Amino acid sequence: MSMPFYVPPEQVMKDRAEFARKNIARGRPLVAGSFAGGILLCAENSSGILHKVSEIYDRIAFAGVGRYSEFDSLRIAGIRAADLKGYSYSREDVDARSLSNQYAQILNNVFTHEMKPMEVEILVAEVGAAPAQDEIFRIPYDGSVVDEPMFSALGGEAEAIAERLGSTWNVEADLATALRAAVAALIGTEDRTLGPAELEVAVLERSNGRRAFRRLEDDEVQSLLGQPAS
Amino acid sequence: MTFPLFSPGDDPGPSFAALLTRVGMDPPVPTHAVEGVTHGTTVVAVRYADGVLMAGDRRATSGNLIAHRAMEKVFPADRYSGVAIAGAAGPAMEMVKLFQLQLEHYEKVEGTHLSLEGKANQLAQMVRSHLPAAMQGMVVVPLFAGYDLRRGAGRLFQYDVTGGRYEETGFATTGSGSLHAGTVIKLGYREGLDRATVIDLAINALFQAADEDSATGGPDLVRGIYPTMATITIDGFTPLTEAEVAEHFRALVDRLSTPESTSTSGAAPTMGDDQS
Repeated sequence: MSMPFYVPPEQVMKDRAEFARKNIARGRPLVAGSFAGGILLCAENSSGILHKVSEIYDRIAFAGVGRYSEFDSLRIAGIRAADLKGYSYSREDVDARSLSNQYAQILNNVFTHEMKPMEVEILVAEVGAAPAQDEIFRIPYDGSVVDEPMFSALGGEAEAIAERLGSTWNVEADLATALRAAVAALIGTEDRTLGPAELEVAVLERSNGRRAFRRLEDDEVQSLLGQPAS
Repeated sequence: MTFPLFSPGDDPGPSFAALLTRVGMDPPVPTHAVEGVTHGTTVVAVRYADGVLMAGDRRATSGNLIAHRAMEKVFPADRYSGVAIAGAAGPAMEMVKLFQLQLEHYEKVEGTHLSLEGKANQLAQMVRSHLPAAMQGMVVVPLFAGYDLRRGAGRLFQYDVTGGRYEETGFATTGSGSLHAGTVIKLGYREGLDRATVIDLAINALFQAADEDSATGGPDLVRGIYPTMATITIDGFTPLTEAEVAEHFRALVDRLSTPESTSTSGAAPTMGDDQS
């Protein structure tokens, strides 16, 4: 067997980070943010079946961008972790913070020990009684955890989108206003429109009973955006 | 608790029960007979025009003693189905909890509901895997009912201790008072009953079962404890309010306390002190 060339660890990490970042940036972006009625999750997704946004537990949602198979396996692992915890303790004991930390451990472990880092960036959101109690955590490919107050953006051009959200986002807004702000931030300065067919929208509603997660159907997105039916 | 991320080869899939086995959280199987287990009794399910009505008495017994007066035996399984239990109370409650979790877990992992048929089969598997415990005296025999969105009709299933699953077209009963409750429903059952009639029928069935079976609890007017009842229709699983159940009960008691019924041989089943 031939001896592998020596590569300094700094270079290894840099290469991996660049690989992950490049592939994540190719994906379509996603935004999430608190509004008066809960937390809005809005993704650019032309598939109506392969979801980027989904339910984890009663008040917790998951969103992911990047390689679908990778973030989907993380999503399922999150559902399992949450259901197991709720089963062995109580439903109230399942929280987004501890779940985010578990995700971070996995991503960090893969980033440092595996051949290839996961080409994903994920988000865990938990809706509270008021916007101030909402929790939004963004977990990039390397397993760092970012606690995002109010809103977060993931995927391609996430920084520019977050900047645009920063100037328009209002946690006291209603759902329609929040959705329009999210879509406007996704579009940015580009000359294009995003209709219900290109969007995947879900909310964690404060007043939806035990299970807060609800997907918005195309008709509802259409009427909230106030566009004529295509 | 380790993070449940599995390699594709040994993934437990959308089953929560398989996940529990995989992480070593399976409930232990009893090796000896257990004496003095708390038992819950009589539950019924009846189809009617809009869907299915489920009802259960509130008594739990431990031998000849009354262990609980206000036990719940009718539970939502998910939005469009319900499960009612009779038998050893502890394992039965655990089975309901696991069944509810199982359906929700599947729904979240797969992103879609199980069919009603699939839910009924899931419960059959859970009853079957409970057989070793049943052999040690902890029998659990549930009823399962739901609104089948694909067929647009209410359906109900009863089980036996080995996990046998039997779909019934009209009604099903289980528990120690099931013989009497079943007879009452059988006499009053017709296809397509309306909601009020089916509630009266189920209440009468539970009342008569309580009258003949010591392990079935009748309405407790002193403490205000009435059977738990729920309808499962296209609007989902909806519990009846206690006030509505109480009202139907009072109507039944009034009917049974008329002079005609008391004049026949043997006193009619009345509620004691309101007999004039």
